[in-house]
Amino acid sequence: MALRTTASQTVGPFFHGLLSPGLNNLVGPATRGERITIGGRLLDGDGAALANDGMVEIWQANAEGRYDHPDDVQELPRDPHFRGFGRCGTDAYGVFEFQTIKPGPVAGPEGKLQAPHINVVVFARGLLRHLYTRLYFPGEPLNESDPWLSAVEPARRPTLIAAAEPGGGQRPRRYRFDIVLQGENETVFFDV
Amino acid sequence: MNQPLGYRKPTPGTVPVLLFPAYKSTVKRAPQKEPATVEATLCEVTGPQPTAELFGSASGDLTHFDGGEALGERIIVFGRVLDDQARPVRGALVEAWQANAAGRYANPGDRHEAPLDPHFQGVGRVVTGPEGEYRFLTIRPGAYPWGNSYNSWRPAHIHFSLFGAGLANRLVTQMYFPGDPLLPLDPIFNSVPDPEARQLLVCSLDLASTRPAYALAYRFDIVLRGRYATPMDE
Ligand SMILES: [Fe+2]
Repeated sequence: MALRTTASQTVGPFFHGLLSPGLNNLVGPATRGERITIGGRLLDGDGAALANDGMVEIWQANAEGRYDHPDDVQELPRDPHFRGFGRCGTDAYGVFEFQTIKPGPVAGPEGKLQAPHINVVVFARGLLRHLYTRLYFPGEPLNESDPWLSAVEPARRPTLIAAAEPGGGQRPRRYRFDIVLQGENETVFFDV
Repeated sequence: MNQPLGYRKPTPGTVPVLLFPAYKSTVKRAPQKEPATVEATLCEVTGPQPTAELFGSASGDLTHFDGGEALGERIIVFGRVLDDQARPVRGALVEAWQANAAGRYANPGDRHEAPLDPHFQGVGRVVTGPEGEYRFLTIRPGAYPWGNSYNSWRPAHIHFSLFGAGLANRLVTQMYFPGDPLLPLDPIFNSVPDPEARQLLVCSLDLASTRPAYALAYRFDIVLRGRYATPMDE
């Protein structure tokens, strides 16, 4: 028997009960991998920030490229100190930020590796359903052959590649990833 | 490694159009370009495990916050989480949030001049059982005004967020109450193209599940995208 899937509705402006403390920090002292900060602004078609009413979730593999999930049967080490999920609400400037690690490459179609990336899901007041996108890293050789990047017209690929910001001493490297919902520089979203 | 099997698309007619001008905030926020079409990978068929470590402690009782009882009409909201082949989705994380009985959220951004209730925070979190079942004990939320147009009011609703097994069947939705006269006026409700799919967002009174002399019960079943069983189906 086939059932109709339940319709999506907007997350609305008052989802802050979903933001348990620490949900945007994915790392602990024992987590393996290179510490990074990823963050950016969530912007509308006028370039205006989604102040306090946008929510970003991330899902990623560990430093070796394995997801904390039973369906990931790749022969790669698990990291009991890394779950791979984060959630962050935007602040008054539309800014979101996560403390995480750089993920390893994950197996893709035809035995090829996907480029290291972070899966990003966007929710907001005014978005009637959530949007899927991906954050890729600049200068990765695997970006050239990544199946999802290749599915995007070259002119729009840069919207999926985070910008490395100059590091400061011991601080984790920071990658900037603005998400533009609409307009000229609209971020590429995927039909997942 | 073989490619994992993907998830079926949502049923046609159930997906709101992103640009729905009657809901004013969609106008500048709805993407206008076509989404990129891609093959399923391990990245979307996996997703976070619904642990307390990640999401915080779970409680389905929203009526006892900070040592007292919430004001308003107590209700039980319950149902099953199923996939599109009517199979139970076990171990799904169900988060719910809502306004209090007066129509106000316990949220600093909510400026509606209705009383706050010190004993109602309005957030619940449960994980589905072996038959996909979940249950909340809460307060019937009030309607509230919003700035969409002159004198617009949201019908009473409870927000739901769900994680099935994979990122691909993530769902955020809202549950409404039967017979609410605000429903036909609500652009968020009306953004769902298929009227039958819209009606499935409305819960139904279930007298048999009521706790006598304590709380009425409303059933709300939720259907997530299901996963292909064989590569041939895909
Ligand atoms: Fe609401």
